Formats: sequence, C-alpha cells, structure tokens
Amino acid sequence: MKEINELNLPGTIRYTKDHEWARSEGAMVTIGIDDYAQDQLGEVVFVELPEVGAELSKGDQFGTVESVKAVSEMYMPVSGTVVEINSSLESSPELVNTSPYDTGWMVKITPADVSELDSLMDKTAYLAMLKG
Amino acid sequence: MSIERLSTPLNAWHRSQGANMADFGGYDMPLWYPAGVKKEHLAVLESAGLFDTSHMACVMVSGPGAFALLQRCHTRDLLSLKTGRCVYGAVLNSKGHVIDDAIVYRLAETNFMVCVNAGMGAVVAEHLASNRLQLDVDIQDMTGKIGKIDIQGRQSARILAKILKSPESVFSAMPYFSFKGHFNSQNPLSTQVRLKDDTPVLLSRSGYTGEFGFELFLPEPALVSVWTQLLAAGEPERITPCGLGARDSLRTGAVLPLSHQDIGAWPFINHPWMFALPLVSDAKSFTKEFIGRDALMNLSAIEYTYAFVGKDLRKVGTGEDTQVIDNAGTVIGRVLSCATDMGITWHENKIVSIATPGLPENLVIKGLSCGYVKVDKSLEAGAPLILQEKKRQLPVIIVNDIRPDRTARKKLSDFI
Repeated sequence: MKEINELNLPGTIRYTKDHEWARSEGAMVTIGIDDYAQDQLGEVVFVELPEVGAELSKGDQFGTVESVKAVSEMYMPVSGTVVEINSSLESSPELVNTSPYDTGWMVKITPADVSELDSLMDKTAYLAMLKG
Repeated sequence: MSIERLSTPLNAWHRSQGANMADFGGYDMPLWYPAGVKKEHLAVLESAGLFDTSHMACVMVSGPGAFALLQRCHTRDLLSLKTGRCVYGAVLNSKGHVIDDAIVYRLAETNFMVCVNAGMGAVVAEHLASNRLQLDVDIQDMTGKIGKIDIQGRQSARILAKILKSPESVFSAMPYFSFKGHFNSQNPLSTQVRLKDDTPVLLSRSGYTGEFGFELFLPEPALVSVWTQLLAAGEPERITPCGLGARDSLRTGAVLPLSHQDIGAWPFINHPWMFALPLVSDAKSFTKEFIGRDALMNLSAIEYTYAFVGKDLRKVGTGEDTQVIDNAGTVIGRVLSCATDMGITWHENKIVSIATPGLPENLVIKGLSCGYVKVDKSLEAGAPLILQEKKRQLPVIIVNDIRPDRTARKKLSDFI
C-alpha cells in the first residue's frame, strides 16, 4: 500500500470524500476513481458502469468497481447526464490501476450545474482529509 | 492496547518484495506481491507458485496411545492410514462443531504429526491433552519451530528436483497424500529426503490449491534459505511467489474449505467434504466412535453447505449483509466464502479451465466467482440462487465441483 506522500494526486482535478475525481473538459466532466482508491482496492477485475443517457444526481451511485479484495460503489461527484462510458474497461479493467486519471477514466457527463465542481475538494483539501 | 502480530522468518523477504501484508490468524502475512493475485493464481495453474505457509502449526502425537487418541479426536477412520500416508479431516468438539481441520500424518506405528491452521497448535494440543484420559501419549505443540513452504503447480517436481539430493528415489512411489522424510535431522526418517545442502525435509505430496505439488516441512532456521533456493531453481519455469489471496481463490475453485469460515462452530456434516467423515457406505452411520459423533447423529436443526459458481467473475461480500435467496424469493441462508477463480469460465454450459484440453483458441477466460453457501434447505446441483448484498444481486448456481481438470491427484510421473 502506498504512503500518502507517494500518491499521484494531480492538482488540476477535484476530489470527493469517497475518492472519486472529476475533471472539467470543455462542456463535459470526466469522472474516475483516484490513485488512493485504486491502491486501496488492489487489482481491479471488473467495472460496472451506467448506460449512456442515464441522468444522475450528485451522490447517486453510478457504478461498482470490483477488485480481488472488495466490491466498491462509486458515487457521482456532480449531477449530470452520462454521454460516454469507458468501454475499454470491459476488457482491460486493470487500466483503473495503471492509469486512474487517463485511460482508466469511468464516465463522461454533461453536468447539470457546472458550479457543483466548486463544492469538491482541491488537492490540498483532499490531502488534508487523507492525512486526517 | 495494540496486539503485535506474529510473523514468519520470511516476513522481511515479503516486505522487501513490496507485498501487500495483512493479518491472518494472528500472523502478518502477504496477501499478494506486486505481480497481483491474478498472475499468482494463473502461475499455479500453468507452472508453479511458492507459498510461505509457516503460519500453520504442527502437533506431534506419539506413544502407545497415540493412535487411539487420534481415532477419538479426528473425523477420519485412521485404521486404514498406513505409515507414510496422510489424511484430511477435522477435530470436533462434543457438539460436532469444528475446532479446526487437520491433516494427520502417520510417521510410524505410534508416531503421528497433526498439521493445523495458524494459531491453532496450542488449541488442538490442549484439546488432545484433555481427551487423553488414561492413554499413554506424548503431545507436543511445535508452533514456531517448523518452517513450511508449499510449492504448487505442474512444474513443482521439476523445480524441487534441482535442489533435492537423489530426487529419483524421493519421487519414486509417491502418490497423492503420501510423504517422506522428517524435518528433524536426528529422526531416522530424515535420511529419506535431504536437500543438496543437507537440510532435512518432511516432503508431503499435498497442498491447498487442487493442483499437483508438495508441502515442505523444514527446521524453521532453514526457511529463508530453502525459499530462496526454490525461487532461484524455478526461475526458468517462472516460479511465482504467491500470497494468501491466490491461495484463497485457488482453494475455493478446488472445493476445499477454509477452516473457521466454511467449516466452524456448527455441525460438521451435510457439506461438500463428507469424505472427511468416517461414513459407512449407506452414509447413514459411522465406522468408528469419535468426539462429536453423537451430536452429528442427532441433529435438531439441519443446515446444508453447498458450492456455487457465478455467471461471471463478479463476487459479493461474505458478511451479515449478504443473503442467499432461492427461486421462490425466500431468504434461505448466508454466504460463507466468495472468491474469483481466475482460471475458469463457462463454455457450452460447462465450466472449463485454462488447463482443459481442446478449447477454442479465441475463448477468453476471465474467471468466475465461486464459493460456499450455508442454507436451511436441501438443494440439488443446478439449483439457481441469488446472492444479495445490499442492492447488488448476483445470480449463481449450486454445483458439485468448480474448477475442472485439476492436477493434484495425477501421477507424479506425468510431471517429471
């Protein structure tokens, strides 16, 4: 397991207390789980994602991520409509471990209210939470 | 108050390799190394894996009353246990509940070794001592004095041969559940199996993966050296150190129980391990008297343990939150174990494994969830069930066997 100072936590994205991340990309927001979450879970073996078109509110469960150790639920960092899911995770769930912010992303949404992003933690606040 | 975890002499090695460590039976043990559970699991099915199992315990039972004491305290009928053979069963209390499962090794007419789980050496030794009555028996808990390594997989014998003195004689006439040698160099049996560096080994053709392989019982100080020798010898075969994660997924697929999880403080009967009871052929009575027998013959509430397999590799947790639901929608029990056997899949309505011959080349094998449920009604193989953990539902079916084409029982000569 990684020490907190070994975690890869980009400063350009926002974090939730449940260890999802959200990144604003033009009119869309990309969502995934962060380095802390993938490290805690261990080898990811299966990812369940919502249907494209699903309308979800902030805090709704949007999928599950299953590792050799556990099954975890993932919750929406912000409200919005799913416009794309990362279908490569079906055959290569390990991308969540090897590249949580890039090829291991989960869903892209059009946010219902882009200002909800501001309610999420930045890197400094997230690190402070992890350190307890 | 913090309770310090026990550790095996390989603890520093595990940590130096970046293993993910966790508590198991009071010991600080590796769950997986950086290669990951899936690679470790597949290594055992395809080549060989190495497991540090020194957290397990051995109890030596010897003397004129040793046989009678073990007949009384173990569920197998040991009348047919020859010297040089071992047998799997359980140690029960008078309620027929499992104290622990145990393999009994017959070293000589009046000399036995009982191999039990982590932390159970003292418990089982105490149970034996308190049931000794007038029998003349010496009972010695060897916890912490014996190192144990399991080498499992089809390349095990070839790798082991490289560090053994006279491998041909060691491997001759060595069927499944037989053993040779002794870990104590003073014991005359120890001349049967020595490593090239003269380390005495009790070498047993057994294991906990369902695959061909061996368990090595060694003097504890030799553990690290033998471990590194086996890793070096097995490099061409790509031997893989394996943690308890792969051990759990392999044993689940092989329909082997985990003590205190799949068998435990409830009657040891009506489960997939009925061979571990001394049943007469009509399966209605027992061939011998043993502790727990009367309770098993006079059960008030009957529960059944069954193996199940899922449709894909998704699994559920095993806590109180997970219910077993039958096709009428009734909650009928709980999940004891649930793991993913990464080497199997469904193909033409049958389970196949990566070791199954003649599979189509394009068949993708991702693994299937599998495990055991304990339910309050009798079910047939093929019965569909739903395992429900909160909102998550997993459809599974009851099966008699899980991973096909296992190698544990095959002839040793097929693997040298």
